[in-house]
This record gives sequence, C-alpha cells and structure tokens, in this order.
Amino acid sequence: MSKNAKSPAKNPSALLATPYTIWMIGFIVIPLLMVVYYGMTAKSDGAFTFENIKLIAQPENLRALWLSILLSLISTIICLVIAYPLAMILRNMKFKSNSFIVMIFILPMWMNSLLRTIAWQNILERKGVLNAFLTFLNLPTLNIINTPAAIVLGMVYDFLPFMILPLYNTLAKIDENVINAARDLGANSRQTFMKIIFPLSLPGVISGITMVFVPSLTTFAISNILGGSKVLLIGNVIEQQFQKLNNWNSGSGLSLVLMVFVLISMALVAKYDKGGDSTSVW
Amino acid sequence: MKKTNKILALGMVAALTFTGCGSEDEEFTLKATNNYKAGENGEVYVYNWGEYIDERVIDVFEKDTGIKVIYNTFEENEDMYPIIATGAAKYDVVCPSDYMIQKMIDEDMLQPLNKDNIPNLKNIGSEYLKASEEFDPGNVYSVPYCWGTVGILYNTTMVDEPIDSWGVLFDEKYKNDILMIDSVRDGFMIALSYLGYDQNTTNEAELNEALELLQKQYPLVQAYVVDQVRDKMIGGEAALGVIYSGEAIYTQRENPDLEYVVPKEGSNTWIDGWVIPSNAENKENAEAWINFLCRPDVALVNFDYITYSTPNTAARELIEDADIRNSTIAFPGSDILDRCSTFKYLGEEVETLYMNLWNKKSN
Repeated sequence: MSKNAKSPAKNPSALLATPYTIWMIGFIVIPLLMVVYYGMTAKSDGAFTFENIKLIAQPENLRALWLSILLSLISTIICLVIAYPLAMILRNMKFKSNSFIVMIFILPMWMNSLLRTIAWQNILERKGVLNAFLTFLNLPTLNIINTPAAIVLGMVYDFLPFMILPLYNTLAKIDENVINAARDLGANSRQTFMKIIFPLSLPGVISGITMVFVPSLTTFAISNILGGSKVLLIGNVIEQQFQKLNNWNSGSGLSLVLMVFVLISMALVAKYDKGGDSTSVW
Repeated sequence: MKKTNKILALGMVAALTFTGCGSEDEEFTLKATNNYKAGENGEVYVYNWGEYIDERVIDVFEKDTGIKVIYNTFEENEDMYPIIATGAAKYDVVCPSDYMIQKMIDEDMLQPLNKDNIPNLKNIGSEYLKASEEFDPGNVYSVPYCWGTVGILYNTTMVDEPIDSWGVLFDEKYKNDILMIDSVRDGFMIALSYLGYDQNTTNEAELNEALELLQKQYPLVQAYVVDQVRDKMIGGEAALGVIYSGEAIYTQRENPDLEYVVPKEGSNTWIDGWVIPSNAENKENAEAWINFLCRPDVALVNFDYITYSTPNTAARELIEDADIRNSTIAFPGSDILDRCSTFKYLGEEVETLYMNLWNKKSN
C-alpha cells in the first residue's frame, strides 16, 4: 500500500506513521528476529546450528509440508472458483443490495473461527446434523469427517471471505467505460472478459490467493478438529514442537522453513502481478 | 444427542447449542463461615487444570480464610511447565501430574511443604500417598488432588463380545469405530502394555515394535482425540474410545449404554497433586489452600463436580450414592491398581523420541 506514498523526508505527515512504526518493530520485526534466533540455535547450549531447519527433511515432516501445500492449493482454487463469479455478479448488480450480500458473506467472520470449525464438526460427524438429515430423507450418508476433504471444506469455509472481498473491490473499481470501449470495438463478452476484465482484476485475484493460501498453509486448528488429528499438517508439527515438547528451537526452525515456502508462493504469484495496484495487500 | 434433536438443530441452523454438556445444578451444601473478607489476609495465585474445581469452592475459601484467590487454568502439563519454568507468571500453588511433578522436583522448581500447615492431610488415603512416592519420594513436595486410570469406554450396543483387552483397539472388526487417544505417552502406553512391555520403556527396539502396532492401527482409527472423546462417545459416534476414568463416569450419566474397563494387560494410573513452586511468594497461603481442599466436605463438592476420583478417603465416605461410593470406575480395587503404574519423566531426549515416533504412525 505504501508504493504511492511520498518519501518521508519530504513529507512531514510521515510522523503520523510513528505509532505504526513502533508497533511494527515491537510486534513484527523483533518477534521475527527471535524466531530466526531460536531457529538457528541449539536448545542445549545455544550454539549456532542448522539442525532445527534440517528437521524438515524427516520423512513425516516432509509429508506434512507436502500435504499442507496440496490442501491449501486445493482450497485456494475452490475459493477462487466460488468467489470470482460471485464478485462478478455483485459488480453487475445495479441495486444497493450488493453491499447487503457482501455483508452476508462477511457475517460469519463476526463469530470466532474456532467455533465455526467446531460447528462444522457437528455437522459432518457420522451421526451429525448432515447425516441425520440425509437419513431422514432416506438418502445415503456422507462420511467425510476426519478426512482431508473435511479439512479442505473447513479451510474454504473459514477463508472464503478473504477471497471475495479483494476480488469484489478490484472488480467494482473497473471503469465501466473501459468495458464499453471494448464492446464498441467489437469484442464479444468472452473476449471482453479475457482481455479486459480478468487482467484488470488480477491484483484482486492475487491478494485473494495470498490471503487464502497463507492461512491455509499454516493452520493447525482446522486439521485437529475436522481431521480428527489423523491428518498431520505442517502447522500441527510446529504446534507439537512448541506445546508438547516445549522445544522452541525446533519449532522456530520449522517455522522458518514454512516462511520460506510462504515467500516462494508469494513470489510465484507476484510474477503474474504485472500491474500491482492499491488493492494488493503485499 | 438424540436424532430428533439433530433434525431440529438443522431446522434451526443452530447445531452448536445442542452439544453443550448437561449442567448439573445441584444444591450447594458448602457454607462459608464468613469470618473474613477476601483479601484481608493477602492473596494466593492458583494455577489449576481447566474445569478442575467447583468454582463456588473458591468463594467459600476466600470468606473462610480472608485470602483472595487469583485463579488461572491450563490445558496440559506441557502448557503449564514453561510458564512456571521461565517465571513468566508467579504462582503460589499449581496442580501438575505425576511425571511433571517428578520433572519439576528434578529441576529444583518446587519447595518442600510444611505439613504442620496442612493438618487435613490425614484425610488422604495412605494408599494414594504411597502411590505418590513413585514420583515424590517421602511425599515432600506434593499432596494428591485427583487420580484415575486410563481405559476403554465402549458402547454396549455396538460390541458383541466382552471387552477386557487393549487388543480390541487393534482389531480390524472395529475399523472406523475406534477413537484413539491423541496423547503421545498414553498412545504408546497402550501399545506397550498390549505387547507386554513397560510403559516407561526407553528401549528403542520395544518402542519401534509399539510403533509398528500403532501404524497397523492407524487405518482402523476414526479419529485421534482427547477431550472430544466424551461428546463423541455420548453421541454414539464410535464403539470404542480411550478415555480417562473420571470422564467415564460423566459419559455414563449422559449415555447409559457406555461401559468402562481397565484392560487386563494393565494401564496407566495418574495422580495430579498440588505443589508449591520455589518462586512462590505466598507459601503459607498456598498451604492454607491445599489444606482447605483436603477438607472432606470440600473434596466431596469437588468430586461431585469434576467426577475424577478423589484420594480423600474421608470424602469418599461422605458420598451418599452407594453406586458411586462403591463404583469400580471411580475407586478401582487393588486387583486393578496392581496392574497399573504411573508415568515417569524420561528426559528430554527420550520424550522427543516418543514424539517423533508418534508422528510416524500414519506412514
């Protein structure tokens, strides 16, 4: 967001950034440095080591990382497929009602996400709400609880609003005249979409993808609750290191690896972000 | 939870409200003497497990002694440990489990209790003090608060054979009907006991054998859970679940089809006890707290609320319901206890090995 800001030296109002600067240093920079410090030192004697980072090479940890990437990728794609058409519909709505519909999608976020995840557990359980309903209708029951499918469902449900909002914001900002011009020049709807609307919405797509992919990649609560702890994600492995083993060093080492993967995924996405405008959060 | 409820819940899109635990609003018999106002005689910082006291007891303690209680809770021993170890918060009295007490004693984190300030200690059964000596020789640092066993909770309508062995948890027949415990030491305890090994083993060959068994079990398990086992078993989600004995009594109240057994191969018995960290600032108040909780009437109120077995023999005699007073779940006989033992702290290296092996169970 700061790309358009003037340099602080020429702009005295930059002083207004002081509270945030203090916040950023105290709660972002210093903790990050601490993670790097813990991740690079041995628990026993505090000596410099790569052992904590090498932990990722253990087969079960690699598997957890791979599964996390795969499930987050699937969730992100599903979110995009659901959210993009919705954002288009919202954009094309002429009434004031679109803000109402946006609100409906944001409404669940007013509730604690852990609670919503536990609610999904109740819905999906073998004798849960959904199956009780299916049995009532004499339909076959659905057993996806404690499988990766349930985790993906949980991720999509929890993070969908983070995809809808940036998409809707960018799409709503596209100047109607640009689209009309394309139509005037003989583009059909498909061409207008492919050549005008979609490219112009890319910044929203990209920030949506990062805002869904990153929290999905790092979650551990969803896999615990909806996966029945049968599916171990990298977030669970890191949580175990901190909570169960009280080993901050190995936990930090694994977190560093995860951070690298987050950075790589963001770099990959950013490659396609040619325009880079203010809707992007990164 | 009944099926009609479920459909109703769907209709109301209010699934959550129906899973709440049944609340027992029994008459509160404990009366405060009202000698003091809370805070008149200082404070005591208490760090206890969640849902591990009838909170009305705290109020009575404050009025009886004039000591203000600052009460906080933790989820697991491992959550509590770093807070005490780093001195992030100073607590006067904490309630860890056996192996954690041993670890804290080893690391000089506790101070000896002054038994003169805890006359009610006489109410604690000698067998429990003796069991505590496994981790606290001489009962120098701890006073037992709750104890129990680990066993199998099964739904009598879903099994058609007598359940008396850990073996059922490894039986193909119960595929997808097993709720395994999501706890490293308890998980290995089950596999090791079934194989006839010591649950505190440090022998890698034995542990690998246990791991193989756990790997074979993995496809049969519906979910790995700890607290959720209660609601899932009550709701009939699975036929078999690994559970702590105290939870078993509660689940039976909610669903009479459930039955609890300590398998014949032996199991773990655990004891949670009150200890005073070495950096405690209100040691005498902490001892007053421990003494108060050892009062039979107080221990009884807590037992009714927590349903975990009390080592307070005097309190047990006060239990009116003979079924519970003589319940073998709440108070297993020596025949059961003789085949159980407590966890020992195995040192960081071995504990890490256990954790790493546990994570391999899904391979």
